[in-house]
Amino acid sequence: MLVQNNSKTIEQTDKLGRHEIPAPRSGFSHPPKRAKQDDSLTKKRFRPSEFLAEKLITFVAFVSFAFIVLIFVFVFSEALPIFLPQEEKIAAAQQEEQETYGEEPSAQPEKKKTQSVEFSEGEATVKNLLSTSWQPVSEQPKYGLLPLFVGSLKVSLIAVLIAAPVAILAALFTAAFAPKWAKEVLKPAIEILAGFPSVVIGFFALVVLATYIQNTFGIEYRLNAFVGGIALALAVIPIIYTISEDALGAVPKSFSEASLALGATKWQTALFVILPAATPGIFAAMLLGIGRAFGETMIVLMATGNAALLSADPFEPVRTMSATIGAEMAEVVFGDTHYNVLFLIGSLLFIVTFSLNAIAEIFIRQRLMKRFGGAS
Amino acid sequence: MKSKKNYTGALVVGITGLCAAAVVALVIIVMANIASEGAPKLTWEFLTGAPTEGMTSGGIFPAIMGTFLLVVIMSIAGVPIGTITAIYLSEYASSKSVLARLIRFAVNTLAGVPAIVFGLFGLGFFVQFVGRGLDSLFTGDVELRWGQPNILWASLTMALLTLPVVIVSVEEAIRTVPRELREASLALGATKWQTIRKVVIPNSFTGILTGGILAVSRGAGEVAPILFTGAAYFLPHLPSALSDQFMELGYHVYIMATQSPDVEATRGIQYATTLVLLLLTFALNFSAIFLRYRIRKRSVA
Repeated sequence: MLVQNNSKTIEQTDKLGRHEIPAPRSGFSHPPKRAKQDDSLTKKRFRPSEFLAEKLITFVAFVSFAFIVLIFVFVFSEALPIFLPQEEKIAAAQQEEQETYGEEPSAQPEKKKTQSVEFSEGEATVKNLLSTSWQPVSEQPKYGLLPLFVGSLKVSLIAVLIAAPVAILAALFTAAFAPKWAKEVLKPAIEILAGFPSVVIGFFALVVLATYIQNTFGIEYRLNAFVGGIALALAVIPIIYTISEDALGAVPKSFSEASLALGATKWQTALFVILPAATPGIFAAMLLGIGRAFGETMIVLMATGNAALLSADPFEPVRTMSATIGAEMAEVVFGDTHYNVLFLIGSLLFIVTFSLNAIAEIFIRQRLMKRFGGAS
Repeated sequence: MKSKKNYTGALVVGITGLCAAAVVALVIIVMANIASEGAPKLTWEFLTGAPTEGMTSGGIFPAIMGTFLLVVIMSIAGVPIGTITAIYLSEYASSKSVLARLIRFAVNTLAGVPAIVFGLFGLGFFVQFVGRGLDSLFTGDVELRWGQPNILWASLTMALLTLPVVIVSVEEAIRTVPRELREASLALGATKWQTIRKVVIPNSFTGILTGGILAVSRGAGEVAPILFTGAAYFLPHLPSALSDQFMELGYHVYIMATQSPDVEATRGIQYATTLVLLLLTFALNFSAIFLRYRIRKRSVA
């Protein structure tokens, strides 16, 4: 490599017009021509290895992008058959019918009736998807997504209602009041909490938390939405805390200095100046927390009881969208309606989390704009 | 008036401080519970033995081995792609590059996608599409070899899940390589690729390592993506080929705590397995934090 480098430097000096140096040794360089020397100073020489490296790196970057796109395309496309070939299926079925009708014309009206009943209740029509019961494995499968959606929403809201006050106030404490030692305890604790595998939190909720809550509140069901919500709160606290603390820390120092100079105390400044100034960021933190809670699978799968009930009672078992996928995907037949419906649930999960993240992003950007606007 | 204000002040500080203390207490309670219940069962035999007597006793060696293989295959697939993408983003892409902007957008989106959606993708794409395709190509659908969940598909799914972690952390590390080093290299006549290979990559090696470790820690802890792409309840032997299924620590905890015939009887095993998983992710996370701290210190100095 050293030798190669040397030859390269010689070429370089040669280009600069030092004639006492012998002609370049490198294979692909042209003999120096006086007329073109100015060109070679400004023009890039074609180097195959350089070209190859750049193209290869760009290609790999493109591949990783392509895979990411593929995820979205694939999950959505697997959900599509629910809506698209419905008519084809019916048409195919009717054709079959017609063939048999030719032989037994008397059975025609009866058969048609049973067929239409089967299609309206058995297949995943839009009406079926909007119904209120989820019974995918039965004679007449019902794919009502409503109880699952409500279940996800219920658990996520419980989680954020518990996590947000704790995390935001803890962040305010860190940003405004905490002595150095407290920060040095809190930061690693949050990092450890963020590093907990979700299955560990789920296990803790299932074994310890559920029993404890059942004993203290005297609830009928051991595993319910409330237990799942608390467990999810454990997973959500680090997210809300970290982003809130970022937002609180980004409030310009001049704000709090002005407030203190006007005679406000430290806590008044924290509560009435720093906290309001950081509101967009804190709101974004909460949205991201809901997004995380909505998509989380293992915790709810283990701690919520997984019964697809449609109720508002937080102490009843629920089945969330993510847990439904986790619990049922392993058993479905590939290409079945049930399979497609589970992909539809996956697409919905994706859409919900994506929109929440996008809205949060807008809020975070806004905060930054404000900050820079204020500074200039 | 003044004393009243002081009371409110003390109250505000007290309540916020209490919340902070509650977070710390929660972490300590969870850890103490798992450590105290899991430690008695955590013996050398437990770590190196296979489950016996219908999973009611014995060790978790196959699950540890499975987790290890999973993260190794995942890293082999994911870390190079992530690193090269990060190099593209920070070295080659201009600020106006459409591809770079698309990649950044996709990476941000990918980081927010629920883990279970990756599992769906793994099943639908790798197992059913690629796997079935390979089978019909080579054996003509006679034998189901690749078209079923296995360790390769699980690892590739996990590699996709951890791709954003690698890209973000490597890019951050590359950005801490001082501009003077690059300029010095270019001024000596080295080409761009030579500069990247001899200056940028060696100087951001710690960052690449950090990215890899964080990815491994994430991959070892996630269960949702492998639920139906390759993890198995119990296997009598270790996976010997890429088309084998495997046991995994997190999946083992889940399955033992919810699906095993006698959940109460195996509580000790569940706790000990959880403890092993927790210790593993902690060890990985702490080494990543330590390495990152070293990178930051260098970039300041």
